[in-house]
Amino acid sequence: MRAWLKVGVAAGFAAATMAAAGLASAQNKEIVLGFQTDRTGATANIGVPLGTGYNDYVALVNSKGGVEGFKLKVVEIDNEYKVPPAVEGYERQKKEGAVIIGLFGTPHTQALTARLVEDKIPGTSPGFGSAMSRDGQKYPYLFPMAASYWSQMAGGLQFAKQQLGGNLKGKKIAYIMYDNPAGKEPLPVLEAIAKQEGFDFRVFAVPPPGVEMGAQILDLTQRYRPDFIITHLFGRAPSVSMKELKRNGYPMRKVVAMAWGGAEADIEAAGGYAAAEGYNTIQFAGAGNEFPVVREILNMYSQQGKEPPKDLRSSVMYNRGVLTAAIHVEGIRNAIKANGGKAPTGADVKKGFENISGFTLGGLVPPLKITPEDHEGGGWVKIYQVKGGALQPVGDWYQGFPAVLEQVLKNEAAKG
Amino acid sequence: MFHRESGVFKTSYRGDMALYPLPIAKWTVGIIAAIFIVVAPLALDDYYLSILNLIMIACVGAIGLNILVGYTGQISIGHAAFMSVGAYTAANLATKLGWDFWLTLPAGGLMAAAIGALVGVPSLRIKGLYLAIATLAGQLIIEWTINHVPAISGGTQASIEVPKPALFGYELKSQGELYGFLLFFTIIAIVGALNLVRSRIGRAFVAIRDQDIAAEIIGISIFRYKLLAFAISSFYAGVTGVLYTYYLGIANYEQFQLVTSIDYLAMIIIGGLGSILGSIFGAVFITLLPTFLRNFMESFGGLFFTDAELATVVPYLRLTVFGLLIIFFLVVEPEGLNRLWRNIRNYFRVWPFSY
Repeated sequence: MRAWLKVGVAAGFAAATMAAAGLASAQNKEIVLGFQTDRTGATANIGVPLGTGYNDYVALVNSKGGVEGFKLKVVEIDNEYKVPPAVEGYERQKKEGAVIIGLFGTPHTQALTARLVEDKIPGTSPGFGSAMSRDGQKYPYLFPMAASYWSQMAGGLQFAKQQLGGNLKGKKIAYIMYDNPAGKEPLPVLEAIAKQEGFDFRVFAVPPPGVEMGAQILDLTQRYRPDFIITHLFGRAPSVSMKELKRNGYPMRKVVAMAWGGAEADIEAAGGYAAAEGYNTIQFAGAGNEFPVVREILNMYSQQGKEPPKDLRSSVMYNRGVLTAAIHVEGIRNAIKANGGKAPTGADVKKGFENISGFTLGGLVPPLKITPEDHEGGGWVKIYQVKGGALQPVGDWYQGFPAVLEQVLKNEAAKG
Repeated sequence: MFHRESGVFKTSYRGDMALYPLPIAKWTVGIIAAIFIVVAPLALDDYYLSILNLIMIACVGAIGLNILVGYTGQISIGHAAFMSVGAYTAANLATKLGWDFWLTLPAGGLMAAAIGALVGVPSLRIKGLYLAIATLAGQLIIEWTINHVPAISGGTQASIEVPKPALFGYELKSQGELYGFLLFFTIIAIVGALNLVRSRIGRAFVAIRDQDIAAEIIGISIFRYKLLAFAISSFYAGVTGVLYTYYLGIANYEQFQLVTSIDYLAMIIIGGLGSILGSIFGAVFITLLPTFLRNFMESFGGLFFTDAELATVVPYLRLTVFGLLIIFFLVVEPEGLNRLWRNIRNYFRVWPFSY
């Protein structure tokens, strides 16, 4: 029984310290940011560099004096890519006074959508979640704030069009997708654009976890013989798709991967940069370390006499973390300015978000314009190509087929 | 549940069958019920209520699985799929036909029971690991079907938004109100299961588990009771799915994938196979321990790490400690937390005059 007593006392002590910590944060001028990531679950390869990027940017802001006199505090939750920990973590973040929640993962975003409205706390889902949630009237507290799967698909097709000489008529496009809801989401956009541009397409579904797709790729390269390929895969699957396409002799420059298939880790796992030369990736945050804000973070580390984190090498995901944090901070900055220097509530931050425009962070963030109607900020993407041992940008930020996207959104919303 | 008499004093079958043979046991159960019904919702804030809510949902699911695995001895790793059947049935009925929860909840359970009995058919011929693989097929087929049939999965991204449960026109929205909603059904689930396992059906289940040929010889229809076990277990799973759906406001099959099935198996193995209290212990253990460990480490981790390091260290450390604790408890008592609890209780049965 002694042991039980000890555990009880320890639990009581833990509760007391937590209460004390809560009291302390109320006295300082502090704003709490809730951030969920996945450091130990199915998508940890994304969650770890993304989480580091997020924390580093917030630390950078704090080292420069915070936002309008407020210090920022991150309450990070590792949701293990499971729904119950995500729900529990959200309640924890709410209890600690978070005015913004950085969500992680589509199922968790959906599980918390209703709660966010209930509690009037804005949540962000950059690059995942439902594409429908760009509609700010229908989903008032959900902010994709980066290109959704729809915008990524439209961006990929725009790129294909440009690469194939400005005309898609009569061309054949293959879409390799993860056979899950996220994989299927861009299909209405693909259908609508195929109709408008007059090209033929075929869908090749790969069942999760997608480490075996020899049959599909063989069918695709030997029988269908597409002019261009768009892939939408997760986890280990992107590197497998690259290897298989390579083996079948398909040129990499005619392949473009959507957001979660274009990180440095995928290229390395597929046999390195030389093997992947020409592979195109769709990005919603700039890739590489050549951004002023990343240099500032490096500076901050060297001033503290510390080694920069090795997650910086995974710049695609790291920069997405920086982008998430930067837009969070910008929304909070707008909110504080709007209410005259008082600590903002979740509803204030929502309005702050809806005023973000022309915030590019030296090119790392696309030229977003978030409005009460458009929570996606325009759906900007940029293509990065594997070229000479690095990911090199191709052209500038652009929006793919915005008019078609508008129409698809209307159609899908009407379906209910 | 918590007390034992010091000898056998029963003089009637009725007394022998009683759930709580001692007056003091009735009192304890009454007090515990009062704590959860009256004190908890008044004393706890939203955060702790949300944890309790998740635990209660897990309890219903774990009890259901224990009826099948623990009492009847049929291994199933398709439990999460039956939850998704319940969830989507209720979600479709609630959105397309506008039914209230008191209709959709049993409907979801019954639909899951029907599908569960179907998936359970191979159990008539195969046992053990072979059955596990057969139910795994059930899990994958159900996942695939929901993913590929828009009539079931509706909406964008195979998820259906569901209105909050309403009682006489009043929407149950806050954590406290949902707590009441979930508690009501959890109590029914617990009481139902406690009574089920001491009935003829429950004894038939146990007989099948212990030796199915012997059970058949003494007149138990294996065909009927094995499928009944699958149906009842799946009914509980379906109700779990419905509760989840109403709690989150959305039905989404990605919450009910294979990993979730394994989680529930872990709950009943750690809690104790063939025990209702064990299912509850297991559900509490698996749901609460990660949270408890994180809060504990964040409170004390400050002594060893800076805040920034803490964010990167805690998740891994927590996972390690969580795994070690599971091993620890299973090594200390392979029959689960329920057995551990019974050992403690038996020690105090004649305390302090143990010899």
